[in-house]
Amino acid sequence: MTTLDQPTVSTPTPTTGRDRPVRRELGIANTLSHGFLLLWGLLTVLPLLWMFLSSFKSNGEILADPWGLPGALHWDNWARAWTGAHIGRYFLNSLVVVAGSVSLTMLTGATAAYVFARYEFRGRQFVYYLFVGGLMFPVFLALVPLFFVVRNAGLFGTWTGLILVYSAYSLPFTVFFLTAFFRTLPTSVAEAAMVDGCGHFRLFFRVMLPMARPGLISVAIFNFLSHWNQFLLPQVLMQGDESKWVLAQGLFALSVSQGYAGDYARLFAGLSIAVLPVLAVYVAFQRQVQAGLTAGQLK
Amino acid sequence: MKHGKWPLIVTFLVPPVLLYVVFVVSPYLQAFQISTTDWLGYSADANPVGLANFKALWHDDYVWNALKNNAILLALVPVLTIVLGLFFATMLALGGRKGRAGVTGVRGGALYRTVYFFPQVLSVVIIALLWKEVYHPNKGLLTASLHGLGLPAPTWLGDPATAFWCVLAVMVWSNVGFYVVLFGAAMSAVPKEIYEAVLLDGASRFTTLRRVTLPLLWDTVQVAWVYLAIFALDGFILVQLMTNGGPNFSTDVIGVRMYDTAFGSETKFGYASAIGVVMFFLTLSVAVLSLRVGRRDRIEYS
Repeated sequence: MTTLDQPTVSTPTPTTGRDRPVRRELGIANTLSHGFLLLWGLLTVLPLLWMFLSSFKSNGEILADPWGLPGALHWDNWARAWTGAHIGRYFLNSLVVVAGSVSLTMLTGATAAYVFARYEFRGRQFVYYLFVGGLMFPVFLALVPLFFVVRNAGLFGTWTGLILVYSAYSLPFTVFFLTAFFRTLPTSVAEAAMVDGCGHFRLFFRVMLPMARPGLISVAIFNFLSHWNQFLLPQVLMQGDESKWVLAQGLFALSVSQGYAGDYARLFAGLSIAVLPVLAVYVAFQRQVQAGLTAGQLK
Repeated sequence: MKHGKWPLIVTFLVPPVLLYVVFVVSPYLQAFQISTTDWLGYSADANPVGLANFKALWHDDYVWNALKNNAILLALVPVLTIVLGLFFATMLALGGRKGRAGVTGVRGGALYRTVYFFPQVLSVVIIALLWKEVYHPNKGLLTASLHGLGLPAPTWLGDPATAFWCVLAVMVWSNVGFYVVLFGAAMSAVPKEIYEAVLLDGASRFTTLRRVTLPLLWDTVQVAWVYLAIFALDGFILVQLMTNGGPNFSTDVIGVRMYDTAFGSETKFGYASAIGVVMFFLTLSVAVLSLRVGRRDRIEYS
């Protein structure tokens, strides 16, 4: 076993003869691998860059030369998307819905997970597996009855309905992940607090929740992205009243209408408006985002 | 912890259980029941018809065609994504070289990871709409590039012969980055000495990947496989927004079938629920099979 910090001065390697060609082969492989890495990077970035550039072009420029740079910065495309196509309003709608649904998911998910992780009572296993079993069911299966459940509850086409449904469908993963997380927290702190006369509720809010912060942040990021990106549920439960649409629906409508109107620049501007904040948040918190999204799969 | 725990348990458990039972459990149970009726829409009666919907499914060519497409996706998307993900993750972890036998990541590895992960944080709706424009036959990025090089370009999503492969490419494109990061995280847990020893023994990149990396990462690869398999059985949003199953049903998938049957031109709720039930059993069997087939011993690093 050779390690890096070994002095390499007077260690004759028995395989000097074989060392060279391996080296050279690796040199070529290195150049190749860098090429591949760069290629995939370009494949990822180019479509986004093209979208962004096209959002500043006039429609004539887009048709004439898809690869060219914009002659002037046509900010009016962005204005047409933001107000004319109501992308601004849909963006705020999405924010309202997702703020509500992530809060509700975290509150209900954390409390349920805490009970599963820390308390013994009859039927605990059954209720826990009822939640976790939800991971196995495709949402398609529930679509038709869900439509009627929401309609009969008088929540059809309302943000409240979307918030409740998003949260309910995020509970399996949230409960599963947080139960495992609460179990890893040391019990000694909790016991000490109980001895000091700390009540059950206070223990949870004052001691356990702060200790569980890293896990909570990971799941919150995961839920935020999955709610922000929902399309199927709003499409089924939010038909009708256009003023309440979420961003995904607004973009879809914009894409359909550009087919008739031929206003390509407006679509690209609308997509850019939707992409930029998400990318900005991601770049700012990339380590947490990557950890949050991958943590659930490594458990 | 015996004294006074019940108030907390009740307060903490009742709201989530209520929420979950009303919006998740009850619709799932109802779906199984609805799938055995001939319910045709909002006001119509639902008469029990036993397994007639499933018999009709068996003879429904559109459903078989959609299933065939899902099967091709299931065979190709996980393999391509995992191979590319492992390849790039290996490059990023071990691409660089330092000194005689040092194993280091390539320069700028963090930047590559950040960029590769982009598609993961974009909504699927945006990815679908963006690629629809990239594939546009006159003003799209792809056609423009090929014409710029003096090459002819197909009509991408407009041609039944190419549309399906275009959709498949987007599925792989949008997933690879996530698995690069996931595998990278798993690789960083592997002791470096192992790789240094392998490198000293003069093993080639490919051998290292096949004989060392893959066995060590087997658990993670398996999880990736299950997730990608479930993804390949869905694919609904990408297909609906890019092609809506066309041209000539060449990109149709089972999710689009179900959505169209329930909320499209007709409202065959009974039949749509039957498709949902089939999807559920398919998903379940694929997941169970993937976990069964790939079982190996866990490797612990001491």
